[in-house]
Amino acid sequence: MTPIASDIVLLLLGAVGILVPLTILGEIVATRSPGPVVETYRTRVHSWWAMVILFALALLLGRTGILLLFAFASFAALREFLTLSTKVKADHLALALAFFAVLPLQFLFIGLGWTGLFAVFIPVYAFLLLPMVTVLRGDKNRFLIRVAETQWGLMICVYCASHVPALMTLEIDGYTDRSVLLIAFLILVVQLGDLLDFYFGRKFGRHKIAPRLSPKTWEGMVLGVASAAVIGGAFAWLTPFGIVGAAAMAALASATGMFGSLVLTAIKRDKGVHDWSHLIPGQGGFLDQLDSVLFAAPIFYHVAHLIWVA
Amino acid sequence: MTNTNPFRRLAAHVAGHAITLFARGIAAPRAIWQGTEPVDRQRVYFANHTSNGDMPMIWSVLPAAMRRNTRPVAAADYWLKNPLRAFAGRDVFRAVLIDRRPENRTEDPMAKIIAALDEGSSLIIFPEGNRNMTDDLLLPFKAGLYNIGKAHPQVDLVPTWVANLNEIMPKGEVIPLPLMCTITFGAPIHVDPGEDKDSFLARASAALAGLAPAKTTEEGRT
Repeated sequence: MTPIASDIVLLLLGAVGILVPLTILGEIVATRSPGPVVETYRTRVHSWWAMVILFALALLLGRTGILLLFAFASFAALREFLTLSTKVKADHLALALAFFAVLPLQFLFIGLGWTGLFAVFIPVYAFLLLPMVTVLRGDKNRFLIRVAETQWGLMICVYCASHVPALMTLEIDGYTDRSVLLIAFLILVVQLGDLLDFYFGRKFGRHKIAPRLSPKTWEGMVLGVASAAVIGGAFAWLTPFGIVGAAAMAALASATGMFGSLVLTAIKRDKGVHDWSHLIPGQGGFLDQLDSVLFAAPIFYHVAHLIWVA
Repeated sequence: MTNTNPFRRLAAHVAGHAITLFARGIAAPRAIWQGTEPVDRQRVYFANHTSNGDMPMIWSVLPAAMRRNTRPVAAADYWLKNPLRAFAGRDVFRAVLIDRRPENRTEDPMAKIIAALDEGSSLIIFPEGNRNMTDDLLLPFKAGLYNIGKAHPQVDLVPTWVANLNEIMPKGEVIPLPLMCTITFGAPIHVDPGEDKDSFLARASAALAGLAPAKTTEEGRT
């Protein structure tokens, strides 16, 4: 087995090793003292299982598998976002282009390793060209709101999401062939940080960060980010960052993700929905599941690029 | 109405599944049963009408057992236009086809609808009569719903709101957008004894409009 393959196997065994006790714990608490909190916990663990299995399958397929997995997740997230965004008939062509041209091209550029183009395609080309397509239909009603919400959807659901597989394109000395492990590292620390934020928030949470939006607390978040840092340090062997660097990157990703999740919660509340969709049973939508990873990915990518890519 | 040719019946069955799958793939429709349950009772689902996809979408989200016994009321001039549509209309959806052009009618459309109810079928109808292309939530209802409720007072009249479908495929567009749509089934209503046509239709229209999702971004801001 190549070193990277054995690392992947080790990682998957580790994930299963964490998930089995977490699952058993959930089952025990659910039978002893059932309630909504333990139900939320259990559905989260279940979706974690699904993510680990999907991720493992994608890793088996290699780079293409990872690209396809995140392109699919991006499509599902964009669909949820644009279902709720402000739009009229005149936006139809621009929206169709967002789904069927911008999204596939963005992931294609990453697959081809065209990093220069992938970094500007949505913030420059889609940003400038899609409103031109819209304006040709001549409907001025709430024009800025419509084009802005479409662009926001593309930035979050496609541009940010594409930075996860883009980690595979980072050329770090002596690390290039292992870069797929950075994706595992990012998702691991962000999701575990979220899980522990939820747990600590319920246990020690006193001061809500945004009481009118979300039950998230400062206590839960600080302890969640600290735990993510510890976990990041422990998984430093996956990364080229070293132990301290890995802990710092994990804390950065986790904190960005938590605030990002809060941002998307504000949008959901404004649109009058509790979840983005119903597509993941008992869990809401893809966007509910991915929100923190989406916000964390571009910053994680750029800081890694800034410090470790010569 | 049901065709006796077994091959045609099989083809209709397969086509029905294909349509359901296609509808689910495009729009991921979600049924929200709000004030009523998906149980197999005789019902008339009356829905808003903004897109040609409305009827297949409602039909698709009904549980299979209920779908088999539910017939849409649809326009003959649309569904008999070519052999393919006629196959879909007659054999797949088993639509109660009525002619919107009085000069072509050979039988009374209301009598056909009542006959379908007499046979025990549930129905899907669009009481606005035409697709709503205006900015108003609903067009004024035609009298049909009232006549149905008078003739079969025991049948549940279930308001059914189809959200988002007109954005997936607006009239005149070619590419459908993969947005999600919801179908909300509300609490059933009945024609009260002695209730006149206009007040019943107003009540039915209000019950249906009440299911429309609130546009929170416009008015709901605090």
